[in-house]
Amino acid sequence: MMYSEKVMEHFKNPRNVGELEDASGVGQVGNAKCGDIMKMFLKIEDGIIEDVKFQTFGCGSAIASSSIATELIKGKTVDEAMSLTNRAVVEALDGLPPVKVHCSVLAEQAIKAALLDYSKKSGIKIEGLDDFDFEEDDHHGELENY
Amino acid sequence: MRKYIYMDNAATTKVRKEVLDEMLPYFSDNYGNPSSIYELGSTSRVAVEKAREQVAKVLNAEKNEIFFTAGGSESDNWAIKGVALRNKEKGNHIITSKIEHHAVLHTCQYLEKHGFEVTYLDVDEYGLIDLEELKAAITDNTILITIMYANNEIGTIQPIEEIGKIAKENNIIFHTDAVQAIGSIKIDVKAMNIDLLSLSAHKIYGPKGVGALYIKKGLRLDNLIEGGAQERNRRAGTENVQGIVGLGKAIELAYENLDEKNEKIIYLRDRLMNKIEENLDYIRLNGHRTKRLPGNVNYSFEFIEGESILLSLDMEGIAASSGSACTSGSLDPSHVLLAIGLPHGIAHGSLRLSLGIYNTEEEVDYVVGKLVEIVDRLRNMSPLFNERKTGVK
Ligand SMILES: Cc1ncc(COP(=O)(O)O)c(C=O)c1O
Repeated sequence: MMYSEKVMEHFKNPRNVGELEDASGVGQVGNAKCGDIMKMFLKIEDGIIEDVKFQTFGCGSAIASSSIATELIKGKTVDEAMSLTNRAVVEALDGLPPVKVHCSVLAEQAIKAALLDYSKKSGIKIEGLDDFDFEEDDHHGELENY
Repeated sequence: MRKYIYMDNAATTKVRKEVLDEMLPYFSDNYGNPSSIYELGSTSRVAVEKAREQVAKVLNAEKNEIFFTAGGSESDNWAIKGVALRNKEKGNHIITSKIEHHAVLHTCQYLEKHGFEVTYLDVDEYGLIDLEELKAAITDNTILITIMYANNEIGTIQPIEEIGKIAKENNIIFHTDAVQAIGSIKIDVKAMNIDLLSLSAHKIYGPKGVGALYIKKGLRLDNLIEGGAQERNRRAGTENVQGIVGLGKAIELAYENLDEKNEKIIYLRDRLMNKIEENLDYIRLNGHRTKRLPGNVNYSFEFIEGESILLSLDMEGIAASSGSACTSGSLDPSHVLLAIGLPHGIAHGSLRLSLGIYNTEEEVDYVVGKLVEIVDRLRNMSPLFNERKTGVK
């Protein structure tokens, strides 16, 4: 098996799957063309991530990366969530094969995208988001042609 | 033992008991080199020649038109490079298709780097080449047409007889990669005007690492493997005697009761396809509905990705494969799925289940049950499916 037990465990039993009706911020990154899309829903109260849910289209490591990322930020402060790196995701999963490391990058970006959305909606400025560059989400046109 | 269901017979197959039994003596007791003059050598030589006859028979070829190789990839390389190099004074143009196996495609790309020109024919949404396009692609410089008999991913069977006719009318050499067709389709190299044909043992319940190239009598092509005088000076290297014996037996068995066997596999395939189509929405059959290998089933499941389907199936003890990029380590999904016009997003969600002689009806039903659960579970996790459900764009 190319994946660690931890990856397989999160793939089998992903944590925090779903959506939040009353999300404070929603972020989506990736595209269907590359085979991965991650969508993060955050519920933030008093600077704390009270709840988080995700939806992912992608391979096993994409699903495991999103799952563990939600665990890593749940109950944490916005600043702590901001500082979550893809390396931390990889480490928490006991490693990813080199070709799958981009899945952990997507997980980091999905959280930042959701935080950006929260920041815009709430007017609360978050340090470090201004120069953030997201992967384009261009899957819609493509699915239309199908 | 845990239940294990193997539905990846297009990737490889297990060696049949009868085949293994034939092979075993040639690992130990009959270990002679076929080139040696003493008795032990001649025992091996006789075994190799028997296998040559077994292969020739099913193709309606002559015994001395069969050359043993180390598998389908070598046969493809030899046929294409051998013809190209031998005929480079005559012309430098090769015609193939976009959906060939990499053993053909990468060989053609290699030749392009060395001054050859290659036309890669498009295929339609079912994976069929267009014969008029083939005719139009032929030039005075065309020295070789190489089109696979049946595709390994989507199972589409090409009009080989018609292609053979076109090649013959234009005096062009015709090679076909029949690695997937062998053992499922009756092939007559004479009637079909096939000049070169690649086959491999491990797809037909024979051993891995052995195959053959049929070379029509009188056809000259350069050698790929230089060295000793084996295979009548055309393919050097001490013969893989036990492998060759296995290939011979496997191909003979494959064509025993072929119709009966195909009938059973087609029944299972159609049952699998019908059940998948009854139980799941947003799916697309890849390949042609009737011009299709008996054991091939290939669907795209919208909104989800192939590797996560495979992992989930594996957790249930089911072996299958996918054309998703994530299973190949590359960034793009399978070239075959893109060539039949699937958008990337849909191509990523493909699943191939390939049936063989050991699969049963119970297995088919079990797999469908699990597959439906898995697809539902992954779709519920997918943002694309949830957008589609709620109409949110
Ligand atoms: C169509 C086709 N051609 C060639 C090959 C390569 O054959 P082998 O694995 O014997 O080298 C395969 C098998 O993977 C195949 O399916």
